[in-house]
Amino acid sequence: MRTIAMGAAFLCAAPLIAVLFFVAANGISAFSLDLITKAPRALGIGGGAANAVVGTLQMVPVAALIAVPVGVLGAVYIAEFANRRSARVIPFCADVLVGVPSILIGIFVFTFLVLPFHQFNAFAGSVALAVIMIPVVMRTTEESLHLVPNALREASLALGVPAWRTVLSVVLRTGLPGILTGTMLAIARAMGETAPLLFTALGSRVVNVGDFGRPMDALPLFIYVNARQPVDALNQQAWGAAFLLLLVVLIINVAVRARSWGQRIG
Amino acid sequence: MTTAASTAAARFGRAASRVPDLVFRSGSGVLAWAVVGILGLLAVLLVLNSGEALGKFGFSFVTGTTWDPIAAIYGALPFIVGTIASSLIAIILATPIGLLTAIFLAELAPRRVAIPLTFTIELLAAIPSVVFGLWGVFVLGPFLSKTVEAWLVSTLGWIPIFAGPPFGVGLFTAGVILTLMILPTIVAISRDVITAVPDSQREAMLALGATRWEMITKSVLPYARSGIIGAVILGLGRALGETMAVTMVIGNRPQVPQSIFDSSQTIASQIATTFNEASVGLQTSALIGLGLVLLVITMTLNVIARLLVWRVAGPQGPN
Amino acid sequence: MISRSSRLASLALGAIVVVAGCSNNSGATTAPTNAAGTEAPASTGAITPQVPTGNVSLSGAGATFPALLYQVWVEKFSEAYSNVTIDYQAIGSGGGIKAITQQTVDFGASDAAMKDEEIAALPSGTKLLHVPTALGAVVVIFNLLGADGTTAIKALNLDGTTIAGIFLGKITVWNDPAIAALNPDLASNLPATPIKVIHRSDGSGTTNTFTSYLAASSDEWKNGPGVGKEVNWPTGDGAPGNDGVSGGVKSGDGRIGYVELQYAVVSGLSSAAVKNANGKFVKGSSDGVTAAAEGALAEFPDDFRAAPIINGAGDTTYPIASYTYLLVYEDQKDATKGQALVAFLYWALTDGQKEEKAIGYAPLPAEIQQKALDELHKITTGGSAIWPM
Repeated sequence: MRTIAMGAAFLCAAPLIAVLFFVAANGISAFSLDLITKAPRALGIGGGAANAVVGTLQMVPVAALIAVPVGVLGAVYIAEFANRRSARVIPFCADVLVGVPSILIGIFVFTFLVLPFHQFNAFAGSVALAVIMIPVVMRTTEESLHLVPNALREASLALGVPAWRTVLSVVLRTGLPGILTGTMLAIARAMGETAPLLFTALGSRVVNVGDFGRPMDALPLFIYVNARQPVDALNQQAWGAAFLLLLVVLIINVAVRARSWGQRIG
Repeated sequence: MTTAASTAAARFGRAASRVPDLVFRSGSGVLAWAVVGILGLLAVLLVLNSGEALGKFGFSFVTGTTWDPIAAIYGALPFIVGTIASSLIAIILATPIGLLTAIFLAELAPRRVAIPLTFTIELLAAIPSVVFGLWGVFVLGPFLSKTVEAWLVSTLGWIPIFAGPPFGVGLFTAGVILTLMILPTIVAISRDVITAVPDSQREAMLALGATRWEMITKSVLPYARSGIIGAVILGLGRALGETMAVTMVIGNRPQVPQSIFDSSQTIASQIATTFNEASVGLQTSALIGLGLVLLVITMTLNVIARLLVWRVAGPQGPN
Repeated sequence: MISRSSRLASLALGAIVVVAGCSNNSGATTAPTNAAGTEAPASTGAITPQVPTGNVSLSGAGATFPALLYQVWVEKFSEAYSNVTIDYQAIGSGGGIKAITQQTVDFGASDAAMKDEEIAALPSGTKLLHVPTALGAVVVIFNLLGADGTTAIKALNLDGTTIAGIFLGKITVWNDPAIAALNPDLASNLPATPIKVIHRSDGSGTTNTFTSYLAASSDEWKNGPGVGKEVNWPTGDGAPGNDGVSGGVKSGDGRIGYVELQYAVVSGLSSAAVKNANGKFVKGSSDGVTAAAEGALAEFPDDFRAAPIINGAGDTTYPIASYTYLLVYEDQKDATKGQALVAFLYWALTDGQKEEKAIGYAPLPAEIQQKALDELHKITTGGSAIWPM
């Protein structure tokens, strides 16, 4: 029986290897400076994914700029100020929000930030990504705040530091590693999301730098479009972009989790 | 773990009563409640904007098998069946594998095997859906059509639900990809739940002379049962809402599938592929109606699952 | 090489100058030139639309049918005028019509002319112009390994009845007698592979053209799924865009689909020789489409909303052809964008036509090109024409 269980475990681990292997095998050959610096061209000849790279590099940080303050301060409220009922309801709703299919988040943001303006725009894309990131940041921040010893708060208050200052300078600073962890994981997740961008940022063949009022491309959108193209060169670019995306996402995850899995096992 | 005692009254009491503190407290409170607000607003929005379609078709929106934008008839059954069928395949495949893996990691594996394995399985959860889709289109689909699907069709093809031909695109391939995507969820939560079972249960069983495996199956698992069910339901919830990987391998056929090797369409992939060019009015309203159905299903499952898991292992972080 | 239509265009423009007397355009103008040497009437620079100075960005969305052509056009136009950025999103004719109706883009694109209901849905008081830009062929692509398991089948004859049978789901294997009858020399190599149909999942002008052909070939199709940008497909998988369909056909053995000719070329997929009205089996080509277009000139409507050209007469005529249009509002709200748009359209209708044949599209017949150029004069901004007569 033990061997069956062990077999199951290795069966679980195998897909990661399989995906990594094929993405690397197909993607490395397509991965070049051109892929990152050139805009798409007809039939992929001489073109690249600059529109997607530049797009992700803009939309994700803006999403983080929205999500991190909301998530962190929201978690502060739950952990430090909320009454018993709120401290149960709000995290519960956050967990439910995590489970909402991201395509519905796309419809949600489309209705408020695209439809009234008759314009697909990158800002709506960032907001959609932020909505996905907020509950992740909030829950991980909340957990790390709970780990901060009460003694620290009491000492700070005893010294006459006001509550808000205590939270910012003492509690948050102590809980910072956990907050960073949550933020990095949320960023990694946002980088890989496609569905919420379909109806908000839409995508673009043109490299869009700085104009959040117009459509913008992103790495996942680029992969989605180029995976179904009949031109081999474009499929190759899809693999190349997937390789880049996977590399960054996995590096973030490894860096962040390496700290914590040691303590969780055993 | 949320402790009920860690609230403002316990922590700050009168120390949090001056104006800057009140501003900070209400400000952060607004942001915290914003999460609840977003959830509520989303539900309200979907209900309101699907009103036109739901009002026109009533209950037959959910039972109708025809999705015809030209004749303006919208029945969601093909997508509901596609969604449930692909997720069901994923659950059938992922539950035994996931549970056995969780048992292995929590009870049987030595630390130096458990750590890298856990690590690897957790990383599986980080792979973006669209990358799974790309891999599915070019690697998994062709592989499955030539191996597993071909074998299944040749041995079981006389049963209608296993009828071929196995093209590598369709319900089954989507189900297999979903399996890979929900395995980390099932494994991680099951493992946490199993680990949370008190040692006293294990010791009691061993003291009675049970073997290791009997201890697991007769003592640990029953104790953790509701948590494990919760883990499976959470996995199911994730599978139901998965969009990109499924869209790329399911065949996008808005008909009720007859066989698991048929092409099909899920609610999420139908929205993803047709929302942007849906005509304003009834068609868009019908698509939002689809979204509402999906929201209701996933939210219900999520709530049930979280409650089950909380009962055994306490509040979990986002997975 | 000066093409015949460009020569006619410059002659016609010269004639307009003579007839109209003096031109009273004020200010310096930049006649659109292109890197490959100009055919635009340079000496009469005052009467060609000017490209505005300063950075302008135009957005367009719509048909995938001409997308490969438009990608080339956008690149060449931007090479000539680096201050103009054009972003064309190929999302299907249905999406293009929706986008221009909702005014989320500056121009739309569709091969299916807008229906009356769609025109009625435009914002009140606005008028949309259909500017034809090119013609293309819809070809039947397939991916098939012969019965020996090694050689790919590269050539196939099909006729309307058989194609309709396949897309109706009546003909389900490649070695069906109907297919074998049309391909006697292939018959022994036709495999028993099941046929998988790939069709469009989005609203498509290509579908409109193809279903027009199917309805003309089969009463069962005509009375069943019928004609339209979207239909209820009796069988097959859906894929988005011409690119999605060709990608889908390419992805596995036994698949069949319908796309614009150039997609077959760039994807390396074989396309069938289709039986035309004269009984000849013709493969899709620019010349075959041109023959079809010339034969249908008499039917071209005044409002430019032409139906697909199906089963045109002639030995070399390809039976499934269609115009494709750019959709622009007659009254442009933004003067600079309107100016850039007219300049681009002018370029497309003159220099742009030269790019078409090399990539499998057919240039507009001279008569239609002239009508289209005349149409451009109607585009106004703030009450006055952008390109006056």
